[in-house]
Amino acid sequence: MNAMVKAEGVRKSFGAVQVLKGIDLEVQTGEVFCLIGPSGSGKSTFLRCINHLEKINAGRLYVDGELVGYRQKGDKLYELKDSEVAQQRREIGMVFQRFNLFPHMTALENVMEAPVQVKGTSKAQAKERARELLDRVGLADKAGNYPSQLSGGQQQRVAIARALAMDPKLMLFDEPTSALDPELVGEVLDVMRDLAEDGMTMIVVTHEMGFAREVGDSLVFMDDGVVVEAGRPREVLTNPQHDRTKSFLSKVL
Amino acid sequence: MTDKFDKEQADANPSAAVSKDGGALPPEAIKAIPVRHYGRWVSGVVVLALVALLVNAFATAEKIQWNAVGEYVFDDTVLPGAGRTLLISVLAMILGVILGVILAVMRLSKNPVTSWVAWVYIWFFRGTPVYVQLLLWFNLALIFPVLNLGPIYKDEMVDVMTPFMAALLGLGLNEAAYMAEICRAGLMAVDEGQTEASHALGMSHAKTLRRIVIPQAMRVIVPPTGNEFINMLKTSSLVYAVTYNELLRATSTIGSTSYAVMEMLFVACIWYLVMTSVFSVFQYYLERRYARGSLRQLPPTPWQKIKANMIPLSSWRR
Repeated sequence: MNAMVKAEGVRKSFGAVQVLKGIDLEVQTGEVFCLIGPSGSGKSTFLRCINHLEKINAGRLYVDGELVGYRQKGDKLYELKDSEVAQQRREIGMVFQRFNLFPHMTALENVMEAPVQVKGTSKAQAKERARELLDRVGLADKAGNYPSQLSGGQQQRVAIARALAMDPKLMLFDEPTSALDPELVGEVLDVMRDLAEDGMTMIVVTHEMGFAREVGDSLVFMDDGVVVEAGRPREVLTNPQHDRTKSFLSKVL
Repeated sequence: MTDKFDKEQADANPSAAVSKDGGALPPEAIKAIPVRHYGRWVSGVVVLALVALLVNAFATAEKIQWNAVGEYVFDDTVLPGAGRTLLISVLAMILGVILGVILAVMRLSKNPVTSWVAWVYIWFFRGTPVYVQLLLWFNLALIFPVLNLGPIYKDEMVDVMTPFMAALLGLGLNEAAYMAEICRAGLMAVDEGQTEASHALGMSHAKTLRRIVIPQAMRVIVPPTGNEFINMLKTSSLVYAVTYNELLRATSTIGSTSYAVMEMLFVACIWYLVMTSVFSVFQYYLERRYARGSLRQLPPTPWQKIKANMIPLSSWRR
């Protein structure tokens, strides 16, 4: 197995505040990688760095062996042009905490948008694929609805279908169930579980410890911008080694 | 844990329990005598009386020649005047919108030079009266007798700065400053998450702007732009000062020769009202178009409202 994502000493600051203080980790192809930790620990920021929504200040970040956001020539780094960054992002799907569906488009149009606009897929083909994907997330009958006419869980499932439409090799989930009513969390997690079974490489920032334990292959506990503890989810969750991990888990489990 | 807590609460509060047969009272609709609003009747009568007095004053005034109003509404000089009002308003608005969008993008750009230039433009054109700006354009020949654009164009300024050009530039450039601020507000009103989601899908800046941000900004931009256009229809009467022969100038010319000054102003009012009313209807449908997706249910069109009201009426009669 080769690493889908590799981080070496990744640092990120917003002004004077250092949010990531040197992150080293590897995500293997095909695995479900869970990131947990208290809010403000930098886990969402790290996720956003992976598709260059945030620029890192130091260290190196690779996706599928390719440097994210930069090109290295000798010992010099060159910033990538916007179009090149866009090219890299096509292969990375992202699902947001607040869904961020396009409100002026129907569910079907949301899913069709990127393949048509970015890949140049024909409309008919994109529509067919979009219907397949909506069917896969269990929303075939909601294709014509606007996001405002869907529940939070349904919106998030459309958002997952939208990300899948670009056939990504990596999916990033930024607290996908945190903005949902408790009874709607299950339907989104089911879709994610499905994806994991199909072998999708997934990085999931989550507070759903049950999901992490059942579906996750690796788990990392982050706090204050550093990786505190990493390992197999079952081991870390049931037998945390670090005091900080213990106190966090005692509050959320 | 939460489950336990909920159960305890429910037990401790048995009065909150719902009876199985749906309550002791039969499920009849309440028939109560409504509150009488005497105040509303009194104020309604008072207002109606005042309106009647006003109408009467105008209708019976001996000095108003109402037939002159009717005669001149479709007059050979009034109609083209109204046409020119519409023409100059539409053209000035088009100029204003195009330039306004450019200025808004310039102001929001990361380049400090362009954003500063846009700021200064808006500062000047919003900070001085349109009337003064119109006169500035009209009298430009006093300081630049010849318009010399290098190898491209060279002509006497008086020939270039016709009343039409002065009116168009005066109104259009002024409007651009306001449109720039409206567009900027619209673009900034779109949630940042939308841009992020679009970028995360691999869409370029330009596509994100065109496909995602602008369609959503339009919902914020369209209503004030409609207001601006209605304002423009009326502000265009100021180009009277630069001798452009629009509606007000056309009617006033007749007024001053035929001594029907007030009557001709009434004629002007009628045409202004017609134009603004027609556009208001158009604006309603435009706003409805851009509300897609932001409202669960689009508001009914006036025609749909009428139809909906007809149904209970017809069932009443039976």
